[in-house]
Amino acid sequence: MPVLATYALRLGDDALVLSHRLGEWISAAPAIEEDIALGNIGLDLIGQARALLTYAGEVEGRGRSEDDLAYLRDERDFANVALVEIPNGDFGVTIARQLAFSVYQLGLYERLQGSADATLAGVAGKAVKEVAYHRDHAVQWVLRLGDGTEESHRRMQSGLDTVWPYVDELFDGDEVEQSLAAQGVAVEPAGLRGEWSASVEAVIAEATLDQPTPRWRSRGSRQGIHTESLGLLLAEMQHLHRSHPGASW
Amino acid sequence: MTVVATSRPAAAARAVVAVVPDPEVPVLTIDDLGVLRDVEVDPGGAVHVTITPTYSGCPAMDVIRDDVRAALQHAGYDRVEITTVLSPAWTTDWMSAAGKAKLLAYGIAPPPGARAGPVTLALSVRCPQCDSLDTREVSRFGSTACKSLWVCSACAEPFDHFKAI
Repeated sequence: MPVLATYALRLGDDALVLSHRLGEWISAAPAIEEDIALGNIGLDLIGQARALLTYAGEVEGRGRSEDDLAYLRDERDFANVALVEIPNGDFGVTIARQLAFSVYQLGLYERLQGSADATLAGVAGKAVKEVAYHRDHAVQWVLRLGDGTEESHRRMQSGLDTVWPYVDELFDGDEVEQSLAAQGVAVEPAGLRGEWSASVEAVIAEATLDQPTPRWRSRGSRQGIHTESLGLLLAEMQHLHRSHPGASW
Repeated sequence: MTVVATSRPAAAARAVVAVVPDPEVPVLTIDDLGVLRDVEVDPGGAVHVTITPTYSGCPAMDVIRDDVRAALQHAGYDRVEITTVLSPAWTTDWMSAAGKAKLLAYGIAPPPGARAGPVTLALSVRCPQCDSLDTREVSRFGSTACKSLWVCSACAEPFDHFKAI
């Protein structure tokens, strides 16, 4: 697969898998407004995923559509980070993940708007405004829960502690990003870390929470080495399409 | 360019497409909303329509494509090609003044005008029912991707606000 297709797939898989996780909250969130909020955030992400997977298929040039890539690849072919595939946990875990991911994605898309690749620049320019709302949503909840009751504080802290081992991987990058960044096409994730840390640490401090210090970190998801959770997620996401190939309504 | 040769057929085709309603906010046409970017008719008579989504995941885009095609075919245009573009990205500034007035009459608080400076001020939103500015945001995310949910403290009515992006 051309590196440009791999890059588009990495960005697209992050959005696709997280949108599926957020969809799991619909009818199960703490309030109906949150069902709607998390559903809407998932909808924005699936829109981004559709554009990115379609582009990955075009660049690859083997005739694979967005649906082929979403529904007919196996676990080892998915290039998302582990952060987006881990189970939702309680609302605190989900909000901690939203904070980590939306701040990362906002920084990424802000830079990718200036990509030398017109399609990636277009997708990023469209998505950056949506993701700013996702970030605001997560920040508001971290502040409210962290600086709330004893129980909400405890669970928000526990959410951060659960999610933080998966954070470093967001900023890894390899020769795919390096070679494309040299052409002005991609953004090197390592360059996003400073701004991300400053932004997230300020929110954590204001929410009276502690910065987690994880003792291990995830690796290898971009190369297809995933946690057990992704296989279970894909089984649910893909089974209808695979059971009824070509079905439409 | 062949502007002179094509402008008249293009204007006629555009008039057909411009009145197609938005499926989720049917009081607005896709032209009011700024979703309709361009209509051209090539020398062979095929119509090329360019549209853009309000949000990346807007689920109305498939319906809009079908409705545009149906409207043109009903008007006698057999060959229709619809292209979706993301760039330049849609913002609420693409919505027409007429569109904003229709939204308000429909009970949806329209988005504010173009932001003047780099500082985004959190201005209050006027209640579309009673005109009060004593309103509060309940949720940034509403019944569709483009709207947030508000409630009026004066008349106690909940209402949708078409949020600025």
